Amino acid sequence: MGNNRRWLVIAIPYLWLLVFFLVPFIIVLKISLSDPAVSQPPYTPVLDFSNGFAGIADFFGKLDFDTYAFLWSDSLYINAFLSSLQIAVFSTFFSLLVAFPMAYGMARAPERWRAILVMLIILPFWTSFLIRVYAWIGILRTEGLLNQFLLWTGIISEPLAIMNTTTAVYIGIVYSYLPFMVLPIYSTLEKMDESLLEAAIDLGCSRISAFWLVTLPLALPGIIAGCFLVFIPAMGEFVIPDLLGGSGTLMMGKTLWNEFFSNRDWPVASAVAIVLLLFLVVPILYFQRQLEKESEVSK
Amino acid sequence: MKRFTWFNATSLTFGFAFLYLPILLLVIYSFNESKLVTVWAGFSTKWYGELLGNKAMLDAAWVTLRVALLTATFATILGTIAAYVLVRMGRFRSRTVFSGMVYAPLVMPEVITGLSLLLLFIALGIPRGLMTVVLAHTTFAMCYVAVVVSSRLVTFDKSLEEAALDLGCSPLDAFFSVTLPIIAPSVIAGWLLAFTLSLDDLVIASFTSGPGATTLPIKIYSAVRLGVSPEINALSTILISIVAIGVIAASLIQKRMAVRDGTA
Repeated sequence: MGNNRRWLVIAIPYLWLLVFFLVPFIIVLKISLSDPAVSQPPYTPVLDFSNGFAGIADFFGKLDFDTYAFLWSDSLYINAFLSSLQIAVFSTFFSLLVAFPMAYGMARAPERWRAILVMLIILPFWTSFLIRVYAWIGILRTEGLLNQFLLWTGIISEPLAIMNTTTAVYIGIVYSYLPFMVLPIYSTLEKMDESLLEAAIDLGCSRISAFWLVTLPLALPGIIAGCFLVFIPAMGEFVIPDLLGGSGTLMMGKTLWNEFFSNRDWPVASAVAIVLLLFLVVPILYFQRQLEKESEVSK
Repeated sequence: MKRFTWFNATSLTFGFAFLYLPILLLVIYSFNESKLVTVWAGFSTKWYGELLGNKAMLDAAWVTLRVALLTATFATILGTIAAYVLVRMGRFRSRTVFSGMVYAPLVMPEVITGLSLLLLFIALGIPRGLMTVVLAHTTFAMCYVAVVVSSRLVTFDKSLEEAALDLGCSPLDAFFSVTLPIIAPSVIAGWLLAFTLSLDDLVIASFTSGPGATTLPIKIYSAVRLGVSPEINALSTILISIVAIGVIAASLIQKRMAVRDGTA
């Protein structure tokens, strides 16, 4: 292929992502270093090229870390961060508990079922996230279907208050991100050589210790991939804590949203975004490396 | 010999019940006569009728459809090129930056993507509306398309392309007459994925849309915040049916094409 043409093909998606993905982060970073102002746009300083170099120098001189110092000094933001971290870690763990037996069952199901089972796992992922979260409101509310059912069976005598609690957020996250956990685990378990298990049992392992010593270590890459795929989006989740968690549940994504839309404090919203991003940069890079490696191997 | 035990069967049953029961209940209660969503008062389709008379909802649906069609088309073109660059262009300088930009949006929290794009549009002085939502959706959807298409590109025999080039095809001809027909099922799958991603997105659309470009998820979200309503159940049922039919049809088409090409 001609060299010029080659560069043209590379340039199209490259430039697009540069302009619409990378440059916006630089703008967020810049605004996070600005101070809020009662003006349009609501921050200062604004880059002004009309004053030439002096204007630009002046602009850089006015950038500071005040917003970050403010985040650090206000327990609201620290609590939002800690509670995001807690919710993301626990819901990743709960997802794993639900997903692993499912993936294990799928991998052991007769071959002709497997394509359909995979399809059934993927299908909910295609239906609207918002609608799936909404479906849980009808189930979890005080007068909702779960309470009606439990009252009817006589298991409880008072309706449970699940809606607008952290429990509801856990249920929402586990439910919404379950396919992301099941699929990578399934793909490692499916490839597993069953004779390894037989060998372990022949050599005197019990079924349970064979599971711990053989199956689990072999499934580890899938488990790790699944955990990242749940943990990263859960950290920044907005819809689930907003609709199911009520006003008591603080999370970074919700804080960012409120700072931007309710308080119109762009520098604080930007700084929250940068903190969240810094925290997620390592898991995201790791995830990327895995994807890269995978595409290298299959080549 | 793999054994499918009772434990496996039970975990699959409970797992799938957990995945599907909420959706099933939502669909059932969309046919409920009563205004109180969770109290059953007999079968009725009146909420669907009510929905058809709701002009604001229909307008939002129309906006969403246009955004999703444009997004899916742009994202498929850009995503396919990106996949081609990732798989076929070998090493070039700053390839790592490029692959990073393709993979990162897949897991980037939506609030960050939404905020950063909005700030970009403001900085560039682009008025917010339907087109800004399309630009934003295209950017993250193209990355999904790139992943779907590149997974097909890596498995297909490069010598077919080389043969076409040896026989005198220009690279562009070779792409359209050899490569594209072979990767077509994944390109279609990518288009559908981009379409549904755009159809579903609330967070990025909320940040980047402007007056007159209220999408359906934004509309649903503001209705849901006020509580559950049977009308929203009816709307959700319609959306779920469209997606389910689309996905099942797409997988059947893909299977048939795979059988025809002998690459099942």
